[in-house]
Amino acid sequence: MSDVVLELNSVVKRFGDHEVLSGVSLQLHRHEVVCLIGASGSGKSTLLRCANMLETVDGGSVSLFGQSLMDPRIDPDLVRRHIGMVFQSFNLFPHLSVLDNVLLGPVRALKRKKNDVRDEALALLDRIGLKERAEDFPDHLSGGQQQRVAIVRSLAMRPSLLLLDEVTSALDPTLVGEVLDLLSDLAHQGTTMLIATHEMNFARDVAHQIAYLDQGVLVEMGTPDQIFNAAQHASTRNFLERVR
Amino acid sequence: MTQGFDVESSSEIPNLFVSRRSRIFVGRRGVVASVVSTLLIVGLIVSVVFVAPGGATFRSVFFDPHEMWVAWAGDPNKGILAIKDGLLTNIWMFLVSELLVLFFGLALAWTRMSNSPVLLPFRILATAYTDIFRGIPLILVMLIVGFGLPALEFGFLSTQSPAIYGVIALTLTYSAYVAEVIRAGILSVPNGQLLAARSLGLTHASTMRRVTLPQAIRTVIPPLLNDFISLQKDTAIVSVLGAVEATRAAQIAVSVDFNESGLTVAAIFFLVLTIPMTRFTDHLLDKDRVRRLVSSR
Repeated sequence: MSDVVLELNSVVKRFGDHEVLSGVSLQLHRHEVVCLIGASGSGKSTLLRCANMLETVDGGSVSLFGQSLMDPRIDPDLVRRHIGMVFQSFNLFPHLSVLDNVLLGPVRALKRKKNDVRDEALALLDRIGLKERAEDFPDHLSGGQQQRVAIVRSLAMRPSLLLLDEVTSALDPTLVGEVLDLLSDLAHQGTTMLIATHEMNFARDVAHQIAYLDQGVLVEMGTPDQIFNAAQHASTRNFLERVR
Repeated sequence: MTQGFDVESSSEIPNLFVSRRSRIFVGRRGVVASVVSTLLIVGLIVSVVFVAPGGATFRSVFFDPHEMWVAWAGDPNKGILAIKDGLLTNIWMFLVSELLVLFFGLALAWTRMSNSPVLLPFRILATAYTDIFRGIPLILVMLIVGFGLPALEFGFLSTQSPAIYGVIALTLTYSAYVAEVIRAGILSVPNGQLLAARSLGLTHASTMRRVTLPQAIRTVIPPLLNDFISLQKDTAIVSVLGAVEATRAAQIAVSVDFNESGLTVAAIFFLVLTIPMTRFTDHLLDKDRVRRLVSSR
């Protein structure tokens, strides 16, 4: 029980009259990788955003390390410092160099000394083969390189949990591999991750659990084997049939 | 089967050369053509001053070289104050106003965009402020401040020089404009940037300072400089309060010598002040356009 990192309990989220999440419950344990699959608009992104308080929740509860995020005394900025988030469109800061993108969080949010963090940041960039590009600006990098920098930027915060929102959807097909390889490495090193993705082969290889979302409802959740080979629900089987 | 798309392509080889008639606009001849047309247009405009029935009077009243010099240098015997001294007043007024406007404009924009519940009354005040001062003509603000504050008989507030009241009025009005320019710049920063910054755990203020403002400034500088050019010219309106700046000095020269050449001198020197700024702004806009083209390649 103590190794539950994130817990969602019957989470409801509405935008106006539209219910985007209708009572989603989910647990994420330390060192676990959970992939969220489902059609566009099924609520995957919203679920991720509820987890790091970018969205408020209209019903149910979200807790991180057993502390309810519904509690008004919770500081969202503190919560987000423990949760890394990577976006579909990278969202690197265009006015900062690659290195400064990586340093911004640790230096300005964690108040660490720039000189202390610099070596760590360079080591991280070295791991993705972009140490030589540290002084370049993001728009000089390819999409795949930018996305890997974005991942490193959130890793520099030493997060307990990484949220990834369709991080390969905006990439050229030829660049998808390099990003997924990095995520696989992270998974093998035991990084706790909640990944919204359309890459079924990747989900099958990397995820411990796969959750299928349909119109804001978590239809079923299970191991890749259970979901891909023995899905219980017709809608899951339908979805998998269509994406194959 | 779809119908109506069986268009036959022509087997003739098309002629791709420009027509004979428009050949004078091509290549080096194009340069000659543009020089000739420029001279022609400028000549036409200038010739109006020579052809018009009152042309001679107009030239002697607005372009008398001797009168222009007297207005520029001043003549203490006749009580004509030098435009060159007045111009210094314009320059310090706009320099001080620009600094103040930048500060208050930023503060106003920041207040209007804050989301803290405690700041709600300030948010409402800031919104009302921009509405009011964008709506009242500058000359009225000038008169109200320039004659209103002294009438209050309220210590040092009521004993300042007309130039100071001018600076206050300019700052009041232009802060409202500049606040809107800054706010538009801030709103132009993509939402993803804010999400990324907040996801790193940066506070609202730090996000503003490290992520939003640095990106907004790039967008904001050209329209901001535009407002500053406008502010530089509008220092002339301080003349209604009796501050002796360039326009006022010119008006004095006019009333003493019954010759308007002083106005021409003042106009020329306002141009000398604003044209470098205008050119610089256009240059920045061009550079920005190129940057956008490059980054969207």
